[in-house]
Amino acid sequence: MTAIHILKEREKQIYEKGSQPFDLTCDKHSIAGSISQRACVFCGSRVVLYPIADALHLVHGPIGCAAYTWDIRGALSSGPQLHRFSFSTDLKEKDVIFGGEKKLYQALNTLIDTYSPKAAFVYATCIVGIIGDDVDSICKKMSKEKGIPVLPVHSEGFKGTKKDGYKAACEALFKLVGQGSINHDSETSKFRINILGEFNIGGEAWIIKNYYEKIGVQVVSVMTGDSRIDDIKSAHEASLNVVQCSGSMTTLAKMMKEKYDIPFIRVSYFGIEDVSKALYDVSAHFKDNPQILENTKKLVSSEIQNIYPELQKIKKALFGKKAAIYVGGAFKAFSLIKALRLIGMDVVLVGSQTGDQDDYKMLKELCDDGTVIVDDANPLELSKYIVEKKADLVIGGVKERPIAYKMGIGFCDHNHERKIPLAGFIGMLNFAKEVYATVMSPVWKFAPRHL
Amino acid sequence: MATEEYVTVTKNACKLCTPLGASLFFKGICGSIPLLHGSQGCSTYIRRYLISHFKEPVDIACSNFGEQTAIFGGEVNLKVAFDNIIRQYNPEFIGVATTCLSETIGDDVPMFIRKYKEANRDNKLPQLVYVSTASYRGTHIDGFHDSVKATVDILTSEYSYCKRENSINIFPGMLSPADLRYLKEIFNDFDVPFVMLPDYSQILDGSPWKEYQKFPKGGTKVENIINMGTAKACIEFGKILAEQNSAGKLLNKRYDMPCYNIGIPMGIHETDIFFNSIETITGKSTPEKYIEERGRLIDSYIDSHKYVMGVRAAVYGEEDMVVAIVSFLNEIGIIPVLCASGGKSGYFKDKIREMISDFDEKGIVVIDDSDFSHIETFAKQLKPDILIGSSKGYAISRSLKIPLIRVGFPIHDRINGSRILHIGYRGAQQLFDTIVNTLLEKRQESSVVGYSYM
Repeated sequence: MTAIHILKEREKQIYEKGSQPFDLTCDKHSIAGSISQRACVFCGSRVVLYPIADALHLVHGPIGCAAYTWDIRGALSSGPQLHRFSFSTDLKEKDVIFGGEKKLYQALNTLIDTYSPKAAFVYATCIVGIIGDDVDSICKKMSKEKGIPVLPVHSEGFKGTKKDGYKAACEALFKLVGQGSINHDSETSKFRINILGEFNIGGEAWIIKNYYEKIGVQVVSVMTGDSRIDDIKSAHEASLNVVQCSGSMTTLAKMMKEKYDIPFIRVSYFGIEDVSKALYDVSAHFKDNPQILENTKKLVSSEIQNIYPELQKIKKALFGKKAAIYVGGAFKAFSLIKALRLIGMDVVLVGSQTGDQDDYKMLKELCDDGTVIVDDANPLELSKYIVEKKADLVIGGVKERPIAYKMGIGFCDHNHERKIPLAGFIGMLNFAKEVYATVMSPVWKFAPRHL
Repeated sequence: MATEEYVTVTKNACKLCTPLGASLFFKGICGSIPLLHGSQGCSTYIRRYLISHFKEPVDIACSNFGEQTAIFGGEVNLKVAFDNIIRQYNPEFIGVATTCLSETIGDDVPMFIRKYKEANRDNKLPQLVYVSTASYRGTHIDGFHDSVKATVDILTSEYSYCKRENSINIFPGMLSPADLRYLKEIFNDFDVPFVMLPDYSQILDGSPWKEYQKFPKGGTKVENIINMGTAKACIEFGKILAEQNSAGKLLNKRYDMPCYNIGIPMGIHETDIFFNSIETITGKSTPEKYIEERGRLIDSYIDSHKYVMGVRAAVYGEEDMVVAIVSFLNEIGIIPVLCASGGKSGYFKDKIREMISDFDEKGIVVIDDSDFSHIETFAKQLKPDILIGSSKGYAISRSLKIPLIRVGFPIHDRINGSRILHIGYRGAQQLFDTIVNTLLEKRQESSVVGYSYM
């Protein structure tokens, strides 16, 4: 046992399977004074829209929000790199007093003229809402003057949680959908999908897109990995939305279902089991073309054959090791549990920043007895259970990394800042290799917990 | 470059926001928790940014504003935040820094703190220090210095001092953990008592743990900060800070304490001034060890002077950091053709100009309130041989094919951000060796022959 106590208000957000009836509280605003691993509304919007490479992303507010999100993600582009710039209106005291509208207008004017983007997103940060800048009308005016969509993204940090930021981003994307059309002169398939909630971290969208093309399905747009405004505009011409990272993109899928009658399915591309299921689910949707199912079978079996022998070797080494998972959206955790099992590891802790009641019920079903499930954790809680449950590996993002390392425990980055693709079959192998590299490193023998 | 674009938009900022500086400073106090009064994203982003540099846990609490808070004010949130931090961490010190949100809605944080203290009269509370860090005023370095001053102001004001101790107060500013360790070594070698504020040398660069530490080992002790009013003298680094209202100035005014406002000791010239200050205050001579370090440094300057003479450098970062680097470059014959900072104190150009006798003939460009887009534009024109600054200049280094010498903060693409030594004879030696080796490597790689004997 560690000497760390759980705050009373937090007890309901932590559950140990097998020891008590399931009654986990979630979807709560983090308590004041906590050192939550969560971010804000702005973060949610920025993270979803960031990979759109031919759009201008202008952060309207003081410098911090733009500075901290400058080029921090591994979201790759095959062409333009405009998304990697950090543009800010850098509001100063006088702007806060007299309003930042003029500055915003001038900034947009200059930036659009300089970079000729296909669209612009204007992120309204905390104080913009307070000082009352009419961001919508400036965007409208600018859109008219420049002839490109200029879209406000209402992401004032305090107006909810990261989830509300996802929603604001989806609303901005939805305004684009339906404005364009795919080139019907060239050869197009009638089996067309949009890939939603895939951000091309380390080139993952390319891997996934390639699978779809191989099985005979055309990808109209990826939202938003390596994405282009024109593709998003044509997204309504797809006949299926395939949604990963459902926390962020289900809103958009639902909007498109309502307006364009496009059905959606939820998938994950992490782990052999889930990526195979994703491809099979899509082929099942297009069952009037049996060739797609045939192609899928072939693809899945050959991809698995390619990586299986090496996975088996890794599994032998990792068998019985223990893992702790703490991620943003809970949906990713489902896949990770399965992927870890495939390489012989047990999950002793699983948690998320933004999971809902259904997510946690699902996690409970997936987990073994004794596994701790936690919502909106902080460093003290994470460290407590990681140590008490004797984890050999932590999977999380940048803020979880030092917690693991400090306690002499391996770590795998499964967040947006990583540079290695972990999706798809090849991603599974990369993941296994990374887990092996960290868990089996000889350096841990020097860590205090082994002395 | 006073174009319209210059004033309306910042591209790839060469600065961070004020609460980051405050948070970093508060991490350097023993038993301290920084608390950001505002939205959750502020603490999360700043944690992430600091973690990526220091590679250590950085716990920063937040009062987690919701929509209601923004409308009705943050008093309740602040109170609840104090309660929760005290219950879970039981700190000795809570450093409250505001964010643009709480500043804009006009939260009266000093009053909230007074009321909280009153309501908790019977409980032993941690020291509660407040600093105003609206991110639309100044940059991270202002947030840092303002927090030093606020802390000294509040913690020394409650006591009346009658006796003068022999100790020295040292305000190093925003340096690396390696720099802070080196400073402690120097004062220990002089065998003089000192209080250094802040001291995150262990907290942000320490050993692994068996169990999570709410408060990593190290940091300036609160009781020592309280006693800063009794010191014999202060030493404060930063020529630009010297023009501003600083912690050292405050002690000078309040207790008539001599304050040595000197540059960040980079290179021989400024380091000599630093050692002379300690000698003057203590009446002791510089330990032999440092005289030898200085000697070796001069020897290496001589051995390699031709490699660096006339080399052109572009330097960027916090204003005082750039001024210090320029002083070092100037004494070895490197021309700082471009000196840039995201800060805007108004003193930047003058401080650089007064160090370089033939400033105008050399065509040196100094830009404040600048961003990486300006820096790149000028770098294209001025064609420096090397860039010196944080890892955020890498994009320019890559596109213009100019090697980057990483110093300062943040270092997000190399592993040794905490261990870069900038100051003193030893720091100058490291920096000098790195620069010369970088130039040699460039020369070697561009040579058709590729000698292994340079």
